[in-house]
Amino acid sequence: MTAIVNIFLKEGVLDPQGKAIHHALDAMNFEGVEDVRMGKQIVLKLTSNNKEDALKEVEKMAEDILANTVIEDYTIELV
Amino acid sequence: MKHIVVLQFPGTNCDLDTKYAFEKLSCKTTVIWHKEENLPENVDLIVVPGGFSYGDYLRSGAIAKFSPIMKAVIAYANNGGKVLGICNGFQILTEVGLLPGALKRNIGLHFISRFQTLKVVNNNNDFLQKCEKNEVLNIPIAHADGNYYIDEKDFNELEKNEQILLRYSDEHGEPVIVNGSVTSIAGVCNKNKNVFGLMPHPERALEEILGSTDGVKMLEGLIA
Repeated sequence: MTAIVNIFLKEGVLDPQGKAIHHALDAMNFEGVEDVRMGKQIVLKLTSNNKEDALKEVEKMAEDILANTVIEDYTIELV
Repeated sequence: MKHIVVLQFPGTNCDLDTKYAFEKLSCKTTVIWHKEENLPENVDLIVVPGGFSYGDYLRSGAIAKFSPIMKAVIAYANNGGKVLGICNGFQILTEVGLLPGALKRNIGLHFISRFQTLKVVNNNNDFLQKCEKNEVLNIPIAHADGNYYIDEKDFNELEKNEQILLRYSDEHGEPVIVNGSVTSIAGVCNKNKNVFGLMPHPERALEEILGSTDGVKMLEGLIA
């Protein structure tokens, strides 16, 4: 099973990199972009085939190290 | 003679400057590799120095928090021992939860390396006890992830408990925006005032020939 962890700065926490990308898009005349948020994606290949156990385990990983929950939110997708 | 322990992670690059600084202040210093599990006996201060532990991979300071020595450092701090985190050390101490808040990418995305004036916000703590309140210090900064973030509720606590140590300021002490930090915060301490963290580098400001000696009274406070 594969777990995809997406990590983004929380809503309301200013994202300087997203903002810089937004400025660049504006400068390149890409119109119609309201907001840009930049995050990271971590892909984990798991040995477990039990979805429930895997989710629990990856949630713990996200809380303990993959995300800093003071400033970041995360989502987990199992495929 | 005070005994200072300086931690060393892969990618740390201010360990020897920090050792030199405390030796200049007549301390015994021991540099400890992060794989160690125990601290020496009779330690007066642990310094988590600056650098790029683990290449800043994942987030600055994120991987270092699981180094074997950190368990001993956390126990030492929770027992009332004094810990100072400088730059990457500050990031590590927020990651392990010894200090509140977190450090994000600078608002302008640049690595900033220069002298910066700082205002002493609170001096009723060991670290800044030799500085005057509202005094302006001139200390080098060198970081890309120094943008201090804390939510409003925790910020109010920080302010109420006088945990804000330093703010980036102009030469008159007026706050200035350097990296986007909440209210220009450059350094904080924990509630018990035994764990200190700051982005600026006092260990680089001990000699006139290097541009400032304002770091002396900061570090001296910790070994008084």
